[in-house]
Amino acid sequence: MPDTKLPARPSPEVSDEVRHTTCYMCACRCGINVHLKNGRVKYIEGNRDHPVNRGVLCAKGSAGIMQHYSPARLRKPLKRTGPRGSGEFQEISWDEAYDLAAEWLEPLRKDPEKLAFFTGRDQSQSFTSWWAQAFGTPNYAAHGGFCSVNMAAAGIYTMGGAFWEFGQPDWDRTKLFMIFGVAEDHDSNPIKMGLGKLKARGAKVIGVNPIRTGYNAIADEWVGITPGTDGLFILALVHELMRAGQVDLDYLCRYTNAGFLVNCDEGSEDYGLFLRDEDDKPQVIDRATGAPAAYDAKGVKPSLTADHDADGTPYRPVFALMAELYLEDRWSPDAVAERCGIPAERIRAIAAELARVAFEEEITLDIPWTDWKGERHEQMIGRPVSFHAMRGISAHSNGFQTCRALHLLQILLGSVEVPGGFRFKPPYPKPPEAHPRPHGMAKPGLPMPGPHLGYPLGPEHLLIKPDGSAKRIDKAYTWENPLSAHGMMHMVISNAHAGDPYKIDTLFLYMANMAWNSSMNTSRVIDMLTDKGEDGDYVIPHIIYSDAYSSEMVAYADLILPDTTYLERHDCISLLDRPICEADAAADAIRWPVVEPDRDVKGFQTALIELGVKLRLPGFVDEDGQAIYRDYADYMVNHERRPGVGPLAGWRDPDGSGQGRGKPNPEQLDRYIENGGFWVHHIPEDAQFYKPWNAGYQDWAVKTGLFDAPQPYVFNLWLEPLAKFQRAARGHGASQPPEHLRERVLRTMTPLPTWYAPFEDEGEGVDEYPLHALTQRPMHMYHSWGSQNAWLRQITNANKLYVPGEVWEREGFSEGDWAWLSSPHGRIRVPVARMDALNPHTVWTWNAIGKKPGAWALSDNAPEMREGFLLNHLINELLPPKGDGRRWSNSDPVTGQAAWFDLRVKIERAPEGGPAEPHFEPAKSPVGKGPERLAYGEKFK
Amino acid sequence: MTALPQSTDRKLGLVIDLDTCVGCHACVINCKEWNTSGTGAPLSDQEPYGDTPMGTFLNRIHTFEVEVEASPAQMVHFPKSCLHCDDAPCVTVCPTGASYKRSEDGIVLVNEDDCIGCGLCAWACPYGARELDQEAGVMKKCTLCVDRIYNENLPEEDRVPACVRTCPAGARHFGDLGDPSSAVSQLVAERGGMDLMPEQGTKPVNKYLPPRLRDRSMSGGKSLESKGDSPKGLLSWIDRALEAL
Repeated sequence: MPDTKLPARPSPEVSDEVRHTTCYMCACRCGINVHLKNGRVKYIEGNRDHPVNRGVLCAKGSAGIMQHYSPARLRKPLKRTGPRGSGEFQEISWDEAYDLAAEWLEPLRKDPEKLAFFTGRDQSQSFTSWWAQAFGTPNYAAHGGFCSVNMAAAGIYTMGGAFWEFGQPDWDRTKLFMIFGVAEDHDSNPIKMGLGKLKARGAKVIGVNPIRTGYNAIADEWVGITPGTDGLFILALVHELMRAGQVDLDYLCRYTNAGFLVNCDEGSEDYGLFLRDEDDKPQVIDRATGAPAAYDAKGVKPSLTADHDADGTPYRPVFALMAELYLEDRWSPDAVAERCGIPAERIRAIAAELARVAFEEEITLDIPWTDWKGERHEQMIGRPVSFHAMRGISAHSNGFQTCRALHLLQILLGSVEVPGGFRFKPPYPKPPEAHPRPHGMAKPGLPMPGPHLGYPLGPEHLLIKPDGSAKRIDKAYTWENPLSAHGMMHMVISNAHAGDPYKIDTLFLYMANMAWNSSMNTSRVIDMLTDKGEDGDYVIPHIIYSDAYSSEMVAYADLILPDTTYLERHDCISLLDRPICEADAAADAIRWPVVEPDRDVKGFQTALIELGVKLRLPGFVDEDGQAIYRDYADYMVNHERRPGVGPLAGWRDPDGSGQGRGKPNPEQLDRYIENGGFWVHHIPEDAQFYKPWNAGYQDWAVKTGLFDAPQPYVFNLWLEPLAKFQRAARGHGASQPPEHLRERVLRTMTPLPTWYAPFEDEGEGVDEYPLHALTQRPMHMYHSWGSQNAWLRQITNANKLYVPGEVWEREGFSEGDWAWLSSPHGRIRVPVARMDALNPHTVWTWNAIGKKPGAWALSDNAPEMREGFLLNHLINELLPPKGDGRRWSNSDPVTGQAAWFDLRVKIERAPEGGPAEPHFEPAKSPVGKGPERLAYGEKFK
Repeated sequence: MTALPQSTDRKLGLVIDLDTCVGCHACVINCKEWNTSGTGAPLSDQEPYGDTPMGTFLNRIHTFEVEVEASPAQMVHFPKSCLHCDDAPCVTVCPTGASYKRSEDGIVLVNEDDCIGCGLCAWACPYGARELDQEAGVMKKCTLCVDRIYNENLPEEDRVPACVRTCPAGARHFGDLGDPSSAVSQLVAERGGMDLMPEQGTKPVNKYLPPRLRDRSMSGGKSLESKGDSPKGLLSWIDRALEAL
């Protein structure tokens, strides 16, 4: 018998051509090689040269073929013909679509706050916000408000950057890595690659998460913390490290405001603010002279302990106030153990391990560098302890302060911007002062005076009208949530429906499934979208939506602008936006149409440009009314945000020599394509660490166009802007919080990181809802636009509620059971399964598996509809009424981050069998249903 | 019935690190993506958008919860594909000779033209590593990407199975397990690599690296020594420490 019909060493042709672009199956933005055969996509693999993924690719990325050829793709602009939610549409031309949009939007130029333009998984925010600025509406934001703004804002305010896009662990050198509240998510491939490096050399990983899946499953230590108590646990670690003196004193003196003198006179208007000299420089006590001196003066070595009396006003250094606060017994491991669900001796052991690795396993690099004061250092000293955190600690109403506490811990260990620690990625580090302030509307008909979103430094930067009401529809930057740096997308529909603070005319959404898994309180949001007033018109009169797929939100919009797939579009992953830099390099990237659309669709950004031209928005048309940019690709190349600085940093200037700065280069996109779709520019070796204080880095950053002048700064252990908000709450200044918020501002906006119980834990009847309820996305769907993907849905197409063993047994559950799960806001019926690798007070499920019948070209009886469910129905965007007639947002009181993970529930057995409840009647699918069989690849045989 | 080679020149196979695998399914999907348009019939999907979606995969991940005494329960992600056994029962049971093990590198393959879809091999495999494609009616299994590893149309560094090239955590390794000096053999030696279900006597070539010991701090450990339990005591220690800097 012949050995084989296959040759011994088969060597088939793989493809006709490989095109390099950027993945968009999630928010990681990995480089991909798209293999094409006969004009079709045959195979997608990771790009080995790409700085983000170095060749690897996750399940989502590899399933990109199914996303690109999905039957759920929209094909042509749609105009609603049936009632909202029915899914009844007629196809129209793009000209008709623009006419209709202009008919609604044109009149709003005179009243621009009546347009609310919010984008979801948008990766072009510097462009979409620029469009909204040109239109003049103050109502713009992306999805950060319900994602992880606590993480971003706490990081920026504390140390000029946070995790993920802002920075990363020094994966090659760290010896102990601690990861908080990251299930399987942000970011995807880089964390897996990093964990792989740690595992390969046997470094230790500590996972802090109520649920032991994903990254926590491979952690050497799993700390199954009770939700909402991470801040308490972290401050117990701080307590242990402080009382043992296991903090990096030299680092604190040099690089933080630990020595800054704080006004400690409670009767003073400036209580909590720094002592400043005539040049407004914060003062420290110089250890050499014992006298006050500017913190940044050359040779000054601040005392961390010396008190000071300035004309009768007592001042104390920040560090002394920290010692006083964090040595209090309420932060001791014994005091927090029960609430956190972590034994005290384990907290002590983890603190000791952090200190041991940070200080006894110090690493040094013999790389001389010069600091911002001109002092030369012969070595770089590393504390090889690093941290990462994301949604799990931030999506709570105490999330901002919890994230601050984590940064405090990192800084006390001296492990930020040092070898082995946490490293910023350009354009970070960037302190709050270097970010813009938020802007409200100028005058109707005029563009906005500046960007919508920014970082307030005091009450004077809030967006409040003279009558005290909010300038923005989402009430961002009000006393309810003063530092809402990403806006509050989760409040838009609710506020627009309530007419609070005002009514709007048109809701314009992009890639945001607000009628389904991207909203809290999904059933009620559907009601709001379909609710009609007494006049018989919809309460929210017009809804325009852009999406590439037939998502749930499509059925609730009046006009659909069909987007392309990610392989058919131009995009820029820009330094002006959410870049893909690495700790030792600036980088950006493009997407370009590696295949042409076979439908009448347009990349949303190009559609937005064409709509901007039709509306004759400033910046979009010249004096003659002619389009300035032909399409988004033209904008990417020719737009300049500042002279010489545009969306793409690579190959600027006509000869392509410009790195970061330079004139537009008409051949820029060709250079990107030749280089694999990305640009990388390395930081010199002596500028790769200590970036906020490293003169070499600061000069490099200016040269590269990240900023226009060096901006060294120190980390904010004490966050003075918060003291300014507290000052207002004590009755000082022109802008003061309304009476009902004063106590809350004082309690939650403390200048040193603190912990308070999540709001849902404090409400009445909390005992009735004894369990915490969480969601997470599975790795193969995380941040993915479409788990209807034919291959991915075979891995997960129904979700169960995972119930800890103790609760399982107490309630008498057995395999195959169903349960009622209730919160103060509602009740759902769900299938359950037992899980023991789980915090004993917590239930959880996979998010966004449940789908609404009629959506995504799936059958109406698909498992996603039958057994899949959303926990969102149980979460309200508002807290339960307090009887004061006010609508209290279920958000962090500092940043407005949606407090998804505060949810409390109770569970009881339900009759067996599905479907999951609430169950929805099918809508008509605007794209029909998917095929009954698939044998992808048969055309290549 | 079909004969196995007496011995093979090499033993190409995978080493899968269960201490590192996060269960992300990257290998599962990249395998499907490569192989559906690769050697033999496509890996078809039935009802891909319907009520009971079910398709052919050559590699799947199973997740197990493990109870541990005096320690929290653990989760183990367990990727599973053909283990290219030396004593492969799927080969000896094949009535047509379609299933065979190559003498040059030990890869177990199916000659689809000779496969009658009887399913005996799938019954014989104790690991459940073979799937009968519903569309083509032939048996599909991991080929160790035989059309990649020798493929001169690929850059040399890419001549590894698709699952290995794509694995984000680096939990999958490919090499000659018959050569004790190979990187994979050394990894197996260092980390105590194991056979899956050795009692079945299949002598699998693929090896699994077991998870490392977890949760050692559960039993507590060293605590930090206090330098001052009162702010005042601590601050005077800090002063002395700053002097010493």
